Amino acid sequence: MLDVVGAALLNVLSGTHLLYMLVGVGVGLLVGILPGLGGIAGMSILLPFVYGMDTISALALLIGLLAVVPTGDTFTSILMGIPGSAASQATILDGFPMAKRGEAARALSAAFFSSMVGGIFGALVLTGFILVARPVILAFSSAELFMLTVLGLGMVGVLSGSSFVKGLLSCALGLLMGLAGAAPATGEWRLALGLEYVVDGLPLVVVALGIFAIPEIIDLLRRNTAIAEVAALGRGWLQGIRDTLREWGIVLRCSGIGCLIGAMPGLGGSVADWMAYGHAVQIAKDKSRFGRGDVRGVLAPESANNAVAGGALIPTLLFGIPGSGSTAIFLGGLVLLGIQPGIMLVETQLDLVYTIIWTLAIANIVGAGLCFGVSPFVARLTTLPYTYVAPFMLMIIFFAAYQATTDWGDILALIAIGVLGLYMRRFGWPRPPLIIGFVLADGAENYLYQAIQFQGWSWLWRPGVLIIAAITIASMWAGARYGRTPIDEGGASGRVRDTRSQFVFALFMVAVFAYAVVDLLRWSFLAKAFPLGIALIALAGAVLVAAVILRGPSTSLMVFDTEADTAPGTASLARYLLWLAGLLGASGLFGFVIGLALFFAAFLHFEARSPLARNGLLTASAVAFLAAMSYTFVLDFPRGLLQQVVEMPWPLR
Amino acid sequence: MRNLKLFAAGLALLAALAPVQAADFSGKTIEFVVPFPTAGGSDVWARFFAPFVAEALPGKPTVVVKNVPGGGSITGTNQFVQRARPDGLSILGTSGSTQLPYLLDDARVRYELKDLVPVLVSPTGGVVYVNPSLGAKDARDIGKMRGKKMKYGSQGPTSLDLVPVLAFEIMGLDVDPVFGLARGPARLAFERGESLIDYQTSSAYLRNVVPLIKAGKAVPLFSWGVLNAQGEFVRDPTFPDLPHFAEAYEIAYGKKPSGTAYEAFKAFVVAGFAAQKPIFLPKGTPKDIVDAYVQALDKVVKTPAFKEKSGKELGDYEQAVGPAAQAAMKVALTIDPAAKAWVKDWLARRFEVKFEKK
Repeated sequence: MLDVVGAALLNVLSGTHLLYMLVGVGVGLLVGILPGLGGIAGMSILLPFVYGMDTISALALLIGLLAVVPTGDTFTSILMGIPGSAASQATILDGFPMAKRGEAARALSAAFFSSMVGGIFGALVLTGFILVARPVILAFSSAELFMLTVLGLGMVGVLSGSSFVKGLLSCALGLLMGLAGAAPATGEWRLALGLEYVVDGLPLVVVALGIFAIPEIIDLLRRNTAIAEVAALGRGWLQGIRDTLREWGIVLRCSGIGCLIGAMPGLGGSVADWMAYGHAVQIAKDKSRFGRGDVRGVLAPESANNAVAGGALIPTLLFGIPGSGSTAIFLGGLVLLGIQPGIMLVETQLDLVYTIIWTLAIANIVGAGLCFGVSPFVARLTTLPYTYVAPFMLMIIFFAAYQATTDWGDILALIAIGVLGLYMRRFGWPRPPLIIGFVLADGAENYLYQAIQFQGWSWLWRPGVLIIAAITIASMWAGARYGRTPIDEGGASGRVRDTRSQFVFALFMVAVFAYAVVDLLRWSFLAKAFPLGIALIALAGAVLVAAVILRGPSTSLMVFDTEADTAPGTASLARYLLWLAGLLGASGLFGFVIGLALFFAAFLHFEARSPLARNGLLTASAVAFLAAMSYTFVLDFPRGLLQQVVEMPWPLR
Repeated sequence: MRNLKLFAAGLALLAALAPVQAADFSGKTIEFVVPFPTAGGSDVWARFFAPFVAEALPGKPTVVVKNVPGGGSITGTNQFVQRARPDGLSILGTSGSTQLPYLLDDARVRYELKDLVPVLVSPTGGVVYVNPSLGAKDARDIGKMRGKKMKYGSQGPTSLDLVPVLAFEIMGLDVDPVFGLARGPARLAFERGESLIDYQTSSAYLRNVVPLIKAGKAVPLFSWGVLNAQGEFVRDPTFPDLPHFAEAYEIAYGKKPSGTAYEAFKAFVVAGFAAQKPIFLPKGTPKDIVDAYVQALDKVVKTPAFKEKSGKELGDYEQAVGPAAQAAMKVALTIDPAAKAWVKDWLARRFEVKFEKK
């Protein structure tokens, strides 16, 4: 085996292979940095080029990309407070406050260094386990997989911030959003609001961008400053590395969590960062700084999300079943190359497997190095006036959301969820539980049903189930033990006299859950049992919250409104909602490209007071970006009324 | 008004003259629309074909694969039918998952597949295999398996996995499908021993199940079989040693399968497997363009490079081109109303499937 490992290393270090790996790394970092685009989008860009390439070079290209997306996406999460890809959502919670405080450099370097450690950890696990992992993966039956989702949902306890009840409700809302659409068992269109768009289920990228990005952009716009409250990036590059080394326990454990989640087919890697973050909070003695810029909150998700790739490649190579979204496309790439993933591959073409592993490790190192290199430049974005940054961010987010299913529904859902996120933020309804619920919904329902149907109720007594149950209880106990975390929005105290508006929002939540109950009642048992249970509990909880708020101003943490202590001079929320509506309206009339150009020009003129020449240049570059994207992705943009009537030339069509 | 009439007449004249010119795609880009996500089976299939098609078409255009996923391929197909112009620059690659909801009158389907022009059909097959603990060694032991309760991992009652469930029902096997498992995870459930009976399409079977059979962890029973020129089922050329479904039935029960359920099974097995992946041109595509495609594809399937690679990628199946493709799609898209009604009723009865009204 050792000679194979050595030969593979020589293969990897040969000139062309390294070159292709660098291309993969470059594309990976780029899609990572662009908000909302991640491994799946990057893989889709590269896949058409793979056909006909020689095997080793093609693997270098794809693995190079796979390895570094969760390194590059950190930029956006830490500097902008917007998830750079689904893998770095949890990094926002502490990374962004650090950047605002002027500690961007420290946060970034901690993130890159721990990413690298996580990536190499993943490659090591892959090396050690690929030959023996088969029975381990087969030991996880539907019952154990269901318990893993329970373990994930258990994290909601520490991610709920000040109000546990609101956290649970938020999680329930996420679960119901995740379960909306065709029921897996019967195909019935439950919770779909009668919309065809919802039948497939809401895409994760749309939900994540809506819930985190839109509120953040609008909030920053309202404050009308640059992102960094302190103009300098801070030094702290070495500090970040020291942080990583000091917290080596967290980094290694979270790498392990990332590998495990990645290796479980069907859980999807996108929950790994949340699990790792939750774990870091649970075991911390001093939780007081989480959510306000604790470096451990950066280290945990970043080491985990890079380790996912190593874990996810285990089932991909061994069983031909992908462990994450991007490995699903990698799998397609393998088939295009004429490589048949499966046990045969591992037994007969071990050299290929080790080529993949070496590439994974080296790409992680190169990727982290490149990120260190470019971060001084990228980090300057945080010092620009936000009115210039916002339209670009909105454009990329809309584009990324539209990538999800290339349907107008993507855009509308993005805005609807964005507005929901905005008010959740304002009224102290924690958003991370919503995402956790959303990501785990499918797995939780499916694996529970499968466990019951395959094994009857005896699944409860499987040793694996009992072990994971014990871990879940222990971690929740640890989480509750050292007191509450202050994870809330922007550190606002939220004490208010006027509770009318948040009462309306609580009523809205009551209405949502009531709708869920009413809708679910009409479906067959298998389609409704699981979501109905959640909806009923949530309905009761929402009524409770509404009742507490109705009693008026109180010390209860359920009563919360960030608008209570908004700085004077802050622009009104409605103003920016109108801008969003304007963008929607213009796109609806003239199609996305023209609509966006109009929005750009108008926004820069009225909000940024940009000089005409600069305005023209920026607007033109935005259109050029869209054209380039349309070309690369072979994509038409959302069409408006204009396109229905007149045949427009590319890229306006 | 007069001018307008003249103008219209001129246009008509132009249109009449146009077909004289042979189709030429030099410098053009052809969009090969695949209503499935990147890297799925249909996407890989389309990307496999794309460079060959580009090379063989007159003028050697660029062919790009455009994925429009959603609704299990319904969304992208709806969009194609609504938007694509019959100029040969937009082509569509669908699959059994597109044909099945069409046959079941799914409310979301807004495409009439019979209007589209099929120029190629790639068939595939599938093999049913069981856990050795059931005691079966081959199709002769199917009778012995009656009365034994078996679980089966299925994607959903109205997915392509409807075909095997129907097959088990006709065979008289007591199989309980567990829904929500795609083919890959279903195989994993089989390997874990959670399900005892499973099937995979040809390429996945060769790749992942054959090693299990060699290790004594799975026993193959029968394949779906393929249609011959007379429209009869014969053994699948990729699995010449395995009996096809009807043959296995005869081996087990001493008589040929018959009845409405079997008629329904036949219709769906053709739509789902024997004519699984067609390439369509839009409705009303002029003859010269259709001919150009048929000639090009005919050339493609005969090139040695294609033959060499396709065996591994697509299985050992005869790719149907031109008239053969049209004939195959005609069989795949025609279903006896009684058989269709039977299947809908069966789905409603057994799995509580409610059909949304069109």
